[in-house]
Amino acid sequence: MLDIATLLGAGLLQAFEPLNLMMIFVGCLAGLFIGAMPGLGSVNGVAILLPVTFLVPPTAAIIFLAALYYGAMYGGAVSSITLGIPGASTAVATVFDGRPMAQQGKADQALTAAAVASFIGGTISVVLFTLFAPPLAVFALKFGPQEEFALMVLAFATFIGLGGDDIPKTIFSILLGLVMAAVGFDIISGQPRMIFFDFVELQRGIGFLVLAIGIYGIGEMLWTLENTKGDVRIHAVTSTWKSFKKNLSHVREYLPTTALGSALGFFVGTLPAAGATPASLMSYGLAKTFARDPDSFGKGNVSGVAAPEAANNAASTGSMLPMITLGIPGSPTTAILLGGMIIWGLRPGPLLFTDRPDFVWGLIGSMYVANFVTVALNLALIPLFVRVLAMPFTILTPIIFILCFVGVFATTDRMFDVWLMLLLGLGGYLMRKLNYPVAPAVLAIVLGPLAERSLRQSLISSRGDVMTFFERPISLTCMLLALALMIYPIWLGIRRRRAGSASGTG
Amino acid sequence: MKYLKTLMASALAVAVSAPVALAEWQPRKPVEFIIMAGTGGGADQIARLLQGLIEQKGLSSRPFIPINKPGGSGAEALRYMQDKAGDDHTVMMTLNSFYTTPIIQEDLGVDVTKFTPIGLMAMDTFLLWVHTDREDITDLDSYVDAVKGAGLDWKVGGTGSGQEDSVLTAMMEAAFDYEVTYIPFPGGGTVAKNLIGKQIDSTVNNPSEQLAFYESGDSKPLVQFTGERMAAFPDVPTARELGVDIEYYMQRSVNGPPGMSPEAVEFYTNLFQTLFDSAEWQEFCVSDGLTCDGMLNGADLASFHASQVEAHKKLIAQVGAGAITGE
Repeated sequence: MLDIATLLGAGLLQAFEPLNLMMIFVGCLAGLFIGAMPGLGSVNGVAILLPVTFLVPPTAAIIFLAALYYGAMYGGAVSSITLGIPGASTAVATVFDGRPMAQQGKADQALTAAAVASFIGGTISVVLFTLFAPPLAVFALKFGPQEEFALMVLAFATFIGLGGDDIPKTIFSILLGLVMAAVGFDIISGQPRMIFFDFVELQRGIGFLVLAIGIYGIGEMLWTLENTKGDVRIHAVTSTWKSFKKNLSHVREYLPTTALGSALGFFVGTLPAAGATPASLMSYGLAKTFARDPDSFGKGNVSGVAAPEAANNAASTGSMLPMITLGIPGSPTTAILLGGMIIWGLRPGPLLFTDRPDFVWGLIGSMYVANFVTVALNLALIPLFVRVLAMPFTILTPIIFILCFVGVFATTDRMFDVWLMLLLGLGGYLMRKLNYPVAPAVLAIVLGPLAERSLRQSLISSRGDVMTFFERPISLTCMLLALALMIYPIWLGIRRRRAGSASGTG
Repeated sequence: MKYLKTLMASALAVAVSAPVALAEWQPRKPVEFIIMAGTGGGADQIARLLQGLIEQKGLSSRPFIPINKPGGSGAEALRYMQDKAGDDHTVMMTLNSFYTTPIIQEDLGVDVTKFTPIGLMAMDTFLLWVHTDREDITDLDSYVDAVKGAGLDWKVGGTGSGQEDSVLTAMMEAAFDYEVTYIPFPGGGTVAKNLIGKQIDSTVNNPSEQLAFYESGDSKPLVQFTGERMAAFPDVPTARELGVDIEYYMQRSVNGPPGMSPEAVEFYTNLFQTLFDSAEWQEFCVSDGLTCDGMLNGADLASFHASQVEAHKKLIAQVGAGAITGE
């Protein structure tokens, strides 16, 4: 324990060296804007700016890239809330409630919640990282295909069991997402499947961002246009010191969900191959299931913004853990960081902690500082961000459409995906019109491939015996939790109905 | 208005400077550096190291962006390259699935001998790995006994049906007359992690994928499938020494899509030659057990690919495509 304190102290001192501190500041700022641009996520940001880091020592370099990574996580929320398009895949869940809040003229409150939740998520996870990195790495190793699949089932359960929504419609939406996730190459045999109309482009599968931008950018915009006939009241928000203090005082409302989301996000982040996007979606689902007012989710509940934001920041810290301790990246962004480390002459793996404590603890120290810097920057920039909403709707809408096109084309570099996005956007609009929830479809396309792979790996290794999921303690626990999560809302519904009829007769 | 002016001014500046760059071919936009395997694996580590060296040494006016396309044992990447025919801004880091995947998946419609060869960076090697806790397994004989004892409960992890490690696994099954359960994972890094986490019993990882765990004492190599013992593993016998006729390598070459322009080929060939000759790359070759004696390029690499395709066709016919895909 004392050891950790000494090492952390040294790490913090290192983070405060002028060069490193500057790196943190510049990294956070750059990340914030990269994250806020649709189509440019932390992956691109880190890849593009990797060469910059060859000018400075390795520790300063990783600090810069890590700061960029956090900054982008915060930044993703900005366009999710103000424009209604996810700035990065990790910020999709933030749209669910962030967008409605902005439409209600509470953009500043949503942005504050996102910043504060991100800060809490980041800080909780870096504390967990500091205290438990080596044992957690050992725990992550216990996660085989069976455990991964059980965790995916748990994630789906949080979405099926959503209290307010129509359960059959939710299941339909999940299935639709799963069908789309299955398009492309078969994970195990490598054969192409479900190539509709023989479009060769479909072999690559339907990109998750293509779906998310289509549904939220195009679909929502069409929906708003139809509802308002373009006659939208401008949601200008005046951001003053007084409103800022008021917004901060709301923290207590979303503190529990934030704490839960942080722990969950960190944990999911540490598992190789999962990453921040599933973490944020799961956190949203859990927050909704256990909320006192699940019906208000998706309509502008501040907890619905805080939960995914806490989780995606926590996961970004969490995904550093397998990278540093095992040399296996937990997310696409950390894969690039890993490449950087090899060039700097560092070999991530079980020995890095003992071989290069200066590097590891410098990085951990910088995570603490980066969190403070990003939250401060973010809160300071809120007045600037909300200015976007002051634009007349007739100007803002075309800009959003353009950003959707650019965002999709920038990520995949194919016009086919742009047309696909328009088509999916139209589909999303129809689903919305027919009152189908679209969020479960988005969840399914993210988690579908992960779930399929782990399911098939498990069944190959057990030679077809499904009991394998119930024989291993961790997987059994997840499965039981999933079952409980599915039953809980139904039970709640029955109880409510009884209470309703009781008061009706009484 | 002011923004518009700045924008137009910079567009003009680009237009003016472009003809100068044409004198000697240079990329005009970021180069997609496709990796036909998942993150953390051998191909991925090498591609990311090369990308970093390109940036560090300022070898390209535009950045190389590594993109993993592991789907369908590299089929996704091969198809992508095929569709990029004639493109001068896409190159791919390949491995042996470059040969095996089009053979096994006939309807993929990809002929790799039509791709543009750029440079053979290295020949990678394979070793047989088990967890250090398997104290009952000390050499190849005890390994074979353990596998035969376990039967289909013996799980071998790999990177996908039709990938080179599944070919090697099938070769071992034929040589030792046993059968195992082969579980595919998305990349050599994940395979390594699952061996250390004891989700699988053995694997034929490349050295770079297991090195960190080997050094920390979590995994041990039993056999190397090379002609001679590697400098990095002097105490590990080769299969040939033990009387088993298996020698298998993994090529690590960079290739462009079909129909790349000659100017671009020259640029990329020079670039990868510079990387190949760099001290950093040669050091990496030694520490990670790669063989790097001179970079094959152009027609030499093309004929190398052609002979490898034939060799793999024979190999697959020998062990049977079914043994590899597990059908």
